Amino acid sequence: MKQVAATMAGTVIQVLVQAGDQVNDGQDVIVLESMKMEVPVQAQAAGKVVEVKVNIGDFVNDGDIIVELE
Amino acid sequence: MNKQLEETLREKIAKVEQGGEAKYHEKLKEQNKLFVRDRLKMLFDDEFMVEDGLFANVMAGDLPADGVVTAIGKVNGQTVCVMANDSTVKAGSWGSRTVEKIIRIQETAEKMRVPLIYLVDSAGARITDQLEMFPGRRGAGRIFYNQVKLSGKIPQVCILFGPSAAGGAYIPAFCDIVIMVEKNASMYLGSPRMAEMVIGEKVTLEELGGARMHCSVSGCGDVLAANEEEAIQSARTYLSYFPANYTSEPPNASAKAPSEAAKEITSIVPENQNAAFNMHDLITALVDADSFFEIKKLFAQELVTGLARLDGKPVGIIANQPRVKGGVLFVDSADKAARFITLCDAFQIPLLFLADVPGFMIGTAVERAGIIRHGAKMISAMAEATVPKISVIVRKAYGAGLYAMASSAFEPDACLALPNAQIAVMGPEAAINAVYSNKIQAIEDPQERQAFIAEKRKEYQEDIDLYLLASNLIVDGIVPPSDLRQELIGRFEVYKGKRQVFSDRKHPVYPV
Repeated sequence: MKQVAATMAGTVIQVLVQAGDQVNDGQDVIVLESMKMEVPVQAQAAGKVVEVKVNIGDFVNDGDIIVELE
Repeated sequence: MNKQLEETLREKIAKVEQGGEAKYHEKLKEQNKLFVRDRLKMLFDDEFMVEDGLFANVMAGDLPADGVVTAIGKVNGQTVCVMANDSTVKAGSWGSRTVEKIIRIQETAEKMRVPLIYLVDSAGARITDQLEMFPGRRGAGRIFYNQVKLSGKIPQVCILFGPSAAGGAYIPAFCDIVIMVEKNASMYLGSPRMAEMVIGEKVTLEELGGARMHCSVSGCGDVLAANEEEAIQSARTYLSYFPANYTSEPPNASAKAPSEAAKEITSIVPENQNAAFNMHDLITALVDADSFFEIKKLFAQELVTGLARLDGKPVGIIANQPRVKGGVLFVDSADKAARFITLCDAFQIPLLFLADVPGFMIGTAVERAGIIRHGAKMISAMAEATVPKISVIVRKAYGAGLYAMASSAFEPDACLALPNAQIAVMGPEAAINAVYSNKIQAIEDPQERQAFIAEKRKEYQEDIDLYLLASNLIVDGIVPPSDLRQELIGRFEVYKGKRQVFSDRKHPVYPV
């Protein structure tokens, strides 16, 4: 199981993938807002999305798991 | 003289040059490693090489060259000194002659004022020989003393091919750059076995001190190479940007136009201050094609640092990366910048700052990690740099982020702005909240409240209008994006004669 973690503390403003989607290495999966900036978070490996663990509006901390990949 | 003497000598030389026993050469092959003398051949321009201490410890019989080759050769036509561990001889461990040879090649490099390259692949000290090689005046400590003394005088480059353990791990730590071969290179004070014995931690070598970990997490590594050839080539490329020593100018290469794949700057930088873009696209549009040599590519990626050429002339680039963590400055990125600025300033490489920075990160995690002192480190290194330095405000520069990126107060030779640059203590949204928080809360009608916020934001935007800043001489110029490369080439050409001494004091009290 591969995971995508938040790269910094912030609020989820966009969820770009859903369970079942195939993502590529380096593809944006979530966009956070932090320090007033849009911060895209990329998958660090290719895989199929098993679960998106956050919703729009959620606060996440640096390192929190946001997406699980197969 | 008896002809036989020469033949005997040649046989002895040939035997030493073979290194350790055949089984250790077999092991090298299994690990995808090259023999030390093959590494040297690959590093140098040609066959030419001068070697000292070939017969070190020859009387021992089984310690050819005492496990280290010290040599002088040419890289890109420049004379360089090299020390290279031979891991086929007692795993490249250090005895007293090994240490003496390393100290001597350092002394040679200092006298000749030429770069020194450390090809490291060593298990560390021979504990059985510790009295002779560890504690004394010319013991291993002297190697590190010399490295510190040489730092900033001559380039010191480390390629790590294998382990660099315990005390030996400080050789890379005191070099200007550490190139690590993926999977084989490692750096650690205590091995995984020792970690388990002493503190009870179970961990793999790769997790504890592997090349990828050091290049992406600890910041001890600067370049991660896929194999030895790539690592050696990286060292040659890196040195092509550097002078032989701090008194000479970095070498020029033939000028090249930017890459054909480069995009128009106006299409790279979004007008929306908050949207992400890839700073690498801007760098590609500005510098000579294929000239960007990135340093610490995998570490603290919210800031990009690297060497490049503008019209053939070397320049060091420090650029915020909005695509990663919003380009916000963190503890590690401030560290990365401080280190890179010091490197360029030491060797007369001009500095180009490309600023698009929302500020330093805030919140519990970074305050506890000491973001203020790390930020101070970056600002201090930038302020002290006396090489030609140009700051370009690409989009926004807020708060201490503006200061850290060499803005007007820090004596850049020029602080330039692109036309949608925004310079302020903070962005409009945050500023209005900070100043009018009580008033905003007090307005009960939501429409009225929104109107008030919109009005105040408009006033704020007018306050920080770029032409107003230029009118007040806060920026030295506003540059049309498509002219930026030519503007930078022209300015660096003009500033090249700059000679400035920052201070005559002994040294600052470094914020670390």
